[in-house]
Amino acid sequence: MNIHEYQARALLKAAGVPMFDGDVASTPTEAEAIARRLGGTVVVKAQVHTGGRGKAGGVKLAANPAEAADVASRILGMSINGLTVHKVLVVPAADIATEAYVGLIMDRETQRPVFMVSPAGGIDIEEVAATAPEKILRLPVDPVYGLLPHHAYTLAFFLYREFAHVKAAARIVEQLYRVFTENGASLAEINPLVTTADGRVLALDAKVTVDDNELDRRPDLALLRDESAENPAEVAARRANLTFIKLDGNVGCVVNGAGLAMATMDLVKYYGGDPANFLDIGGSSNPDKVVAALRIITSDPRVKAILFNIFGGITRTDDVANGIRTALEQFPVKVPIVVRLTGTNEAEAVQILTGIGMKALSDMDEAVRQVVAAAKEAA
Amino acid sequence: MSIFADRATRLVVQGITGRDGSFHTRQMVEYGTNVVAGVTPGKGGLRFDDKVPVYNTVAEAVRETGANASVIYVPPVGAAGAMYEAADAGVRLIVCITEGVPVMDMTRVLPFVRARGARLIGPNCPGLITPGEAKVGIIPGNICAPGRVGIVSRSGTLTYEIVNHLTRAGIGQSTCVGIGGDPLIGTNFIDVLRAFQDDPDTDVIVLMGEIGGTDEQMAAEFVRQSVTKPVIGFIAGQTAPKGRRMGHAGAIISGSSGTAEEKIAAFEGAGFGIMKRPLDVVELVKARL
Repeated sequence: MNIHEYQARALLKAAGVPMFDGDVASTPTEAEAIARRLGGTVVVKAQVHTGGRGKAGGVKLAANPAEAADVASRILGMSINGLTVHKVLVVPAADIATEAYVGLIMDRETQRPVFMVSPAGGIDIEEVAATAPEKILRLPVDPVYGLLPHHAYTLAFFLYREFAHVKAAARIVEQLYRVFTENGASLAEINPLVTTADGRVLALDAKVTVDDNELDRRPDLALLRDESAENPAEVAARRANLTFIKLDGNVGCVVNGAGLAMATMDLVKYYGGDPANFLDIGGSSNPDKVVAALRIITSDPRVKAILFNIFGGITRTDDVANGIRTALEQFPVKVPIVVRLTGTNEAEAVQILTGIGMKALSDMDEAVRQVVAAAKEAA
Repeated sequence: MSIFADRATRLVVQGITGRDGSFHTRQMVEYGTNVVAGVTPGKGGLRFDDKVPVYNTVAEAVRETGANASVIYVPPVGAAGAMYEAADAGVRLIVCITEGVPVMDMTRVLPFVRARGARLIGPNCPGLITPGEAKVGIIPGNICAPGRVGIVSRSGTLTYEIVNHLTRAGIGQSTCVGIGGDPLIGTNFIDVLRAFQDDPDTDVIVLMGEIGGTDEQMAAEFVRQSVTKPVIGFIAGQTAPKGRRMGHAGAIISGSSGTAEEKIAAFEGAGFGIMKRPLDVVELVKARL
């Protein structure tokens, strides 16, 4: 789960990471009040779950409170990469001497949290990794012992020469490690970590991504989810316990299992079609999920045909067939539906579908060919 | 022969009285798996379906029944605890079916299990099956047949699709292993490839990967250096967008790494037969048996 910069700042602040004062605003008036309290020139930053905010005009300087209100009124409501800005962060414009990068990711290869730090901060770390890998220090942390003091100093000495800066940075990496582990993060990042002309070391921007699997046991973190920052269809899908990702094509897909769902999209492409979505109804079958899935897929007018691809293991195919029948009773589906199902309770499923005048195929390739043809005909 | 599980497997089911645990225990017993015990704290002394003895702890189950393998069907919050307990009790094979285990938990579980010499498969996996001998997990037994093709995969139903194609074409399997779709897992492709390479009853290996991470690339490198048996590969997610988690927690293209293209290129470089679609498995395997 992505959280906003202002929320990540709050997590870092709670761990003691030093940063400039600042606050979040939902209206120009609020932004003006924050700017007045801070005094001097401020930066107004759009809070959206996407990169490239600066380039899109979502990060602007304001010399006084009135200007902050004006800038905020232009940023609030703007659309960045398809996402509407509902909140802005107002922070003082810093007098920056240097910019560094400090990040912590959950690394699959070492199966540990791995620090990545670089004195070349403020820019895309992937770019630094590609062009100047010697400017990055990677350090895996043994989660059983945590970040050891000499590790913290190794990281800090890679960033700074002046010992006062080193000491401050060593404390900050320890605090960041705590934010990472205590909040079940998959990423925690300070970019940039800055030094100021008066010798302080501060976090200027923060990013934290929380492992979705933490949310059940951490309702406090689940509260940080901002559904207004997500695609509405994806929000509806999550509420129905479906995994749904919107794509650009016109063949709607309903599949059980993530791997098979991906392979189904790939096969649609293989036969010359274009998938409209990724949708996994999950392992345990429930007719209500199928109804929700059809409702979400048919709400997109671009969808010209729908494919069900169900391999019944734990999923009972008759539950899926019942879901299709119930959905068709509840609301009209105006596009053709092609159903492929095989496995658990297949005979019962076929009988249910036959009863409502639908055919069931047992072969995946045949079903995909048919749905691609149907979508082409309707387009 | 086979890998990881066979007739000698003596299985304990952790979470045997739960909804999923009880359903799948019946399926495993019906398949002929030697389920010797179940564990549900507080239900010790019961008999599951009047047959399988239930214990309060895994240690007790191991002591009383000689269980040497465990399968875990407990909810995500309890899954890490169940894995620690199984490893501490001296079980050699631990299969964790549970989906949704916090990754932070796995950073501590994995070294713990390794230090005790156990093999962990999963979490978030369908388990494994050695057709005709033992089923540990949730792979439907009726789609499998005994034979000489080893299967390893990061997914569940996609594996069933491929196995089904093979069985219907009269091609059986030695063992099918689902290693799981999470970013941090106990057994990776290389572990399974090594076991299949050493298994005299496996002639051809089918490997099903997906977008995200570098496990497939490392597997390809391992095959190039250390596997003499023919390998056939598939990558799911060729049409997946970047930066989105495709259902499996581990199936995500981060930045520009973990794409289907780079994985397929790695497979080609290691001489794999490449499946463009699931159905291709039949012809590719036939040509190599």
